[in-house]
Amino acid sequence: MTDTEVDTATDTDAQPVPAVALAGITKRFPGVVANSDVDLTVRAGEVHALCGENGAGKSTLMKILYGMQPPDEGTITVNGEQVRFKSPSDAIATGIGMVHQHFMLADNLTVLENVVLGAENMHGIGKKARARVRELGSAVGLSQDPSTLVERLGVADRQRVEILKVLYRGARIIILDEPTAVLVPQEVDELFDTLRTMRADGYTFLFISHKLDEVRAIADSITVIRRGTTVGTVDPTTVTTRELAEMMVGSELPSPETRTSTVTDKEVLQVEGLVLETPDGRRILDDLDLVVRSGEVLGIAGVEGNGQTELVETLMGIRKAASGRVSLNGRNLTRAGTLTRREAGIGYIPEDRTRHGLLLTEPLWKNRILGYQTRKPTSRGAFLDIAGAREDTRRIVEQFDVRTPGIEVAAASLSGGNQQKLVIGRELSGDPVLLIASHPTRGVDVGAQAAIWDHIRNARAAGLAVLLVSADLDELIGLSDSIKVMLRGKFVADADPATVTPEDLGSAMTGAGVVDESGVLVTETGGTP
Amino acid sequence: MNARLRSSLLAPGLAIVFSAVLCAVVLLVSGANPASALGAMIGQVGEGQVAVDIVNSTAIYMLAALAAAIGFQMNLLNIGIEGQYRVGALVAAIVGGAIVLPPVLHWLVILVVAAVAGAAWATLPAILKVTRGVHEVLSTIMMNAIAFGLAAYLIRRDQFGILVGNNVSTEPIADSGQVPGIEIGDRGTVFGLVFLAVVAAAVYGVVMNRTRFGFELKASGLSPTAAAAGGVNAKKMIVVSLLVSGAVAGLVGMPEILGRDHAYTLNFASGYGFAGIGIALLGRNHPVGIAFGSLLWAFLEKAKGALDNEGVPREIATIMQGSIVLSVVVAYEIVKRMELAAEQRRVGQATGTAEPVGEGAAK
Repeated sequence: MTDTEVDTATDTDAQPVPAVALAGITKRFPGVVANSDVDLTVRAGEVHALCGENGAGKSTLMKILYGMQPPDEGTITVNGEQVRFKSPSDAIATGIGMVHQHFMLADNLTVLENVVLGAENMHGIGKKARARVRELGSAVGLSQDPSTLVERLGVADRQRVEILKVLYRGARIIILDEPTAVLVPQEVDELFDTLRTMRADGYTFLFISHKLDEVRAIADSITVIRRGTTVGTVDPTTVTTRELAEMMVGSELPSPETRTSTVTDKEVLQVEGLVLETPDGRRILDDLDLVVRSGEVLGIAGVEGNGQTELVETLMGIRKAASGRVSLNGRNLTRAGTLTRREAGIGYIPEDRTRHGLLLTEPLWKNRILGYQTRKPTSRGAFLDIAGAREDTRRIVEQFDVRTPGIEVAAASLSGGNQQKLVIGRELSGDPVLLIASHPTRGVDVGAQAAIWDHIRNARAAGLAVLLVSADLDELIGLSDSIKVMLRGKFVADADPATVTPEDLGSAMTGAGVVDESGVLVTETGGTP
Repeated sequence: MNARLRSSLLAPGLAIVFSAVLCAVVLLVSGANPASALGAMIGQVGEGQVAVDIVNSTAIYMLAALAAAIGFQMNLLNIGIEGQYRVGALVAAIVGGAIVLPPVLHWLVILVVAAVAGAAWATLPAILKVTRGVHEVLSTIMMNAIAFGLAAYLIRRDQFGILVGNNVSTEPIADSGQVPGIEIGDRGTVFGLVFLAVVAAAVYGVVMNRTRFGFELKASGLSPTAAAAGGVNAKKMIVVSLLVSGAVAGLVGMPEILGRDHAYTLNFASGYGFAGIGIALLGRNHPVGIAFGSLLWAFLEKAKGALDNEGVPREIATIMQGSIVLSVVVAYEIVKRMELAAEQRRVGQATGTAEPVGEGAAK
């Protein structure tokens, strides 16, 4: 089985040919650079972790390595040979396999059938295939018989089947995209045992994750990627979780801003005891209380997946809270639907503008109507005010500097930054009293980012209450008047953006922060330098 | 706007040419002369009552296609139009035959009954969809089967059926409930309810493009997630659009019943519902597209007889109907993607493209 060279992670003295070397990879999408001059070297027979926040460019990089997208610049070298992938099948042919975060298995087929499907020309579909699946099955720790139906398997075994699939196709270098996201802690340990065994057999892993503790537990080396480019490669034995977090979210402090507080004592959004549960009764949001005042930006910090998305969607009425109370300017909105909440004066910048913010194939002026279909100037009673929508779209395009040849073009043809400026322009229309902004500058270029920050600051100065969720700690610290740290559906600490550093926030986000008796984060660095 | 018009005509144009070529090939292979077949198809229009028949059928197809299009706008596949229009026609004929009202009022009541019955037949699939997640394709297909059985039962002579000559029908609708047509000499009579189809298409066009309801419907179809974030109540939209679709479907049988048969008979035509689905695809859910699609469909349907007389298999017309729909769907998708890519390039050029990513910090 181990016909290629067998390296163990321990022998670092020799300099063998790296399994994968990416050099100077750059990938541009219209208006935004997803990867910029990325370098990544993965030694053969190691588990190499790739860390970075969502939107940092990890997935684009892996799509390039897996042949799903060609890079605009840069080279890919696999086992010492430069390659150029036209499609994933080219990548598979050179021994690269990818296990996606979301399983791609047919429930109604057996393990054997799932593995062989699409690779019938490797070992046929009969005895030979079965023997091979059995043999590889023991390598990935799959104890189930190949003729078991996949629908009978648990999540961990399904993941093994996914790994088995790529091994069957001859992969020696395996990309694992957030493999632990779906697993419970014991399953994570079992997966790691399997990975260690396979590593000893000479397999190479690229392990994508933003769970820093897990990364440190399994990886032989860690490369951190931030804003589309590699920040550096570190040795997990010498780096702390906090240092990693710092690399991921950026340590440079926001440039000093005139922090003239515009916070008033008028409470706009009041949330008490908000609870959101999964259908099986697990709490995603656990008894949350928060208040946002007029002129205040309240920032929510947290590692992604700790309930921020759910909090925002519950506040918007897209998800139904199990209990708790939400009121806006004293008006009880707990049972209100999304439209009522919007009409009450909530503007909403969703975290994924292409899925939640825009009708991509429709012209810009129709996108102006979305969410405002009952209000002036885009609507008059049951009828739309098309002239009004067009005129107001022109205003947004001008006022928010949306770079577009006109308002008749489809939203999909704008760059990410300009799409986002359109969404923000729309959501700041109609005199909102509260803006819920989820990752408002994700995936936008630097110019648009600065403009978006300015718009949020101006609106705050005009008395708008803002609830800001962001993975970019610089953004969070730079914009917020106060910060709450969210971990596993709870607020675990409060922080003062005037004194807190990204490092402090980073450790609080992973649960390592220290809070005083009133719940305020203790800042070890003691303020901004 | 001109570019938009061009693109919306380009796809169906290409598709019709492609399917005509395809049919010509089929004809050649089967040993017939495409030119003479085409001549027979076009020539038939001038003969007897064919032209008027085509107009009448067009109206019926339009109603069926509009019913389908209302569902399509939000990605609901109402396969149940077939059953909805049958139930609508039967119930309307029974009610219409049982009551006598002043003219105009009488047939208006019958139309309302037909629409309500059609909507009622779509209610169960709508409820199943929003409460249990049952896919509307499955439930409406089953409702079709039930509709056929129900119609066969209700028209029995121990229920509402009576023997008229050697045909069984419901009680005939009195004169006051009949919609007068427009007689064109010996060319035949254009159904009065042809105008119902025109009005329905116009109302559909206005509702889809000018009203909040139409906007929410389209938004739900284009992106359910964005619609939800924009405050559109998905469940409500599903129920309303299926019921409206069913109501329009309920009207499909009305031009024939109120304009010609004056009763629901054993010979009541079937298949309009499925044709409507094809025509809605052909017309891209656009009212004008649907009108032309219906006209083309009716023309091809009538051409079957003419082809028979020429000794050409009538199935050629069916092949043509199928291949037109298929190629329109494909052609439209291709044109749409090309247009979007072209627009993205144009926007890119007009605005200047990528700006480099750097270490941006708060100002």
